[in-house]
Amino acid sequence: MTTPPTPQQPQAQPQQPQAPHAPAPAPQPQGAYAGAVAAPQGPPAMVPAPPPAPAAPAPPSAWQQAMNNAYTSPIPVTKTNIGHALASEWTKIKSVRSTVWTLSIFLILVIGIGLLAVANTQSDDYQDVPFTVPAFFGLMLGQICLITLGVLVTSSEYGTGMIRTTFTASPQRYRVLAAKALIFFVVAFVASAGSILLVGLMASGAHSGPEAGDIPWAGSVFKGALYVSLLGVLALAVGSMLRHSAGAITTMLGVVLVPAILPGFLNIWESTAKLGDKMADYNAINSLAKIFRIDGIDSSSTGNSQLVLLVVITAAAVAGAFALLEKRDV
Amino acid sequence: MIEAVGLTKRYGAKTAVYNLSFQVRPGTVTGFLGPNGSGKSTTMRMILGLDAPSQGQVTIGGYPYRKLPNAPRQVGALLDAKAVHGGRHARNHLLCLAQLSGIPARRVDEVLGVVGLQDVARKRSKGFSLGMGQRLGIAAALLGDPQVLLFDEPVNGLDPEGILWVRNLMKSLAAEGRTVFVSSHLMSEMALTAEHLIVIGRGQLLADMSVTDFISANSADFARVRTPETEPQQREKLTAALTEAGGQVLPEQDGALRVMGLPLPRISDLAHGADVRLWELSPHQASLEEAYMRMTQGAVDYRSTVDQRAGLQQQLPPGAVPQPQPPVPGQGQPNWYAPPSPQQGGQPFAMPQGAPAAPPAPADANPYAAAPQAPAAAPSPAEHATDNTGTTDNKDAPR
Repeated sequence: MTTPPTPQQPQAQPQQPQAPHAPAPAPQPQGAYAGAVAAPQGPPAMVPAPPPAPAAPAPPSAWQQAMNNAYTSPIPVTKTNIGHALASEWTKIKSVRSTVWTLSIFLILVIGIGLLAVANTQSDDYQDVPFTVPAFFGLMLGQICLITLGVLVTSSEYGTGMIRTTFTASPQRYRVLAAKALIFFVVAFVASAGSILLVGLMASGAHSGPEAGDIPWAGSVFKGALYVSLLGVLALAVGSMLRHSAGAITTMLGVVLVPAILPGFLNIWESTAKLGDKMADYNAINSLAKIFRIDGIDSSSTGNSQLVLLVVITAAAVAGAFALLEKRDV
Repeated sequence: MIEAVGLTKRYGAKTAVYNLSFQVRPGTVTGFLGPNGSGKSTTMRMILGLDAPSQGQVTIGGYPYRKLPNAPRQVGALLDAKAVHGGRHARNHLLCLAQLSGIPARRVDEVLGVVGLQDVARKRSKGFSLGMGQRLGIAAALLGDPQVLLFDEPVNGLDPEGILWVRNLMKSLAAEGRTVFVSSHLMSEMALTAEHLIVIGRGQLLADMSVTDFISANSADFARVRTPETEPQQREKLTAALTEAGGQVLPEQDGALRVMGLPLPRISDLAHGADVRLWELSPHQASLEEAYMRMTQGAVDYRSTVDQRAGLQQQLPPGAVPQPQPPVPGQGQPNWYAPPSPQQGGQPFAMPQGAPAAPPAPADANPYAAAPQAPAAAPSPAEHATDNTGTTDNKDAPR
């Protein structure tokens, strides 16, 4: 038994320090060995056997022996956390062309239309609106790009089948979705806030004459970027629930456009006029207009309630996406 | 180690996998076989926690997959070579998977080298051929240096060199003490790669045994006999003589005869006795493919029929007889791949050295007497599989 089969050696050795408790020197290693493999028929077989080496490997069934042989990677296994998922999602989002396309179109729309607007306005146009208003026009169109990107971040994985690879690599699905939402939100927020800020700086640089009212505009940068980024996160959640790019993008376009169109019809009838008014107040385009104080700085609507509504809807959609994610088969 | 206990998966009314229990052990390559739609991929997905079982459970090293703290470091899987975002570079694809389990980026370059994709590491995987996609999938499976590996059809689309590489890779991975679980439709490949087999059909376990046991349990060897083509009456004569002697004779497409239940020397003697010349008398060893076909023929869901091309043919003039089509081997012939099993369907063909043992001592006359009805009466251990035994005529209606 001094030379046990090599595979068992690492198993048997830790036991040997305990071996001196046994009375006879000869069966010592046997006992240690039997304890190590816990073979059911081991002990009776070993009592009479003076040459334990050939007898010992026999009792453990072939596969039990194989279990002891089982491969273990020399590289230590670390426990994973959300940080790993974030790094992975960051690699993912920056390594596909859809991100590049949607974001560049978004930037072109917001900055391009914004600069056009800056060029065609006078200082007195900014008397009671913030300098970020030129960004609003581009943002109305640009939000569709962020919606598309948000949908694609999740649904493209389902469309290509990548999701099975992803969830095999990280069976903690909630972590993947959380990382996706977080990374997307940061990307969308940085892109939109940056572009709004740029347009605002241009406008204030070009039109900071005495006619322009000195209206604070930092809030509209933050809230405007937050609003479109949340729309994108909502799209991401919808994409995760519907798992289909075209379906999710269409759904999101409906969410954005239908409440802007419907009030025209709803206001025809008295019974639905109230609903129509609410829709007109809270649809995505009008909400952005309120955030950018298009109605003038003295108007009572600051867009805060619209922002809160979107936060609530997005939170509900994200919660739904998480619930479905854990439940459904991939 | 993979352990499934009572695994069941239902999709609505359809049961894809029913009460499947098996163990996949480390240190060997375990093949996973079954006809199309038999539930192989569903089982693989349940092992990987992608699909939740309706009943039962499957664990890897004692844990359900979704409870593993760092799954890719313990289990690597290739499910579908096309399960990648085609717009992403091969390297970025692997990198995002590596980051997900805290594997350093240099390991990505390492596995790219292992699968031979280092030259296309910066190419979008959309443009990859099926074989390159398989290599990328294998790279993803190897990324975490895992203890357990699952491969679903790994050699699909690979070139011969790639197939050889995969075969050796599987064997070396198993030799290192890893658990390797491979599904494949390529029987010849399985026979070379796997040591152990798990066979399912219609979602149920058909066999869980070593490859050699599987072959011997599910097929028998036979002899191929050919008489001079110029003299068909000799063929009839020999058939009669062999049948009389207790052999089971099936005609083959090319005019040869398939003889089971008689050793080669005895066939030769009988032919000599009947004054029949032989052009060929050759032993045929059963292959894994034949054994597999025999075992699974009752569990095949998607069966091809003979293409009559009736939908394309012009209406024949009245009175004209359509040209009979020569039957295609294996098509519409349920027993084509199915020599009778050694246990019941008469004696297996035995090689000369096995001849003394093959006919049981008291049975010199016994099998001969029993033989004529044996082919019809005792088709196989899987009786449900062979409800029309012995018919070699062209039946194109699927059962």
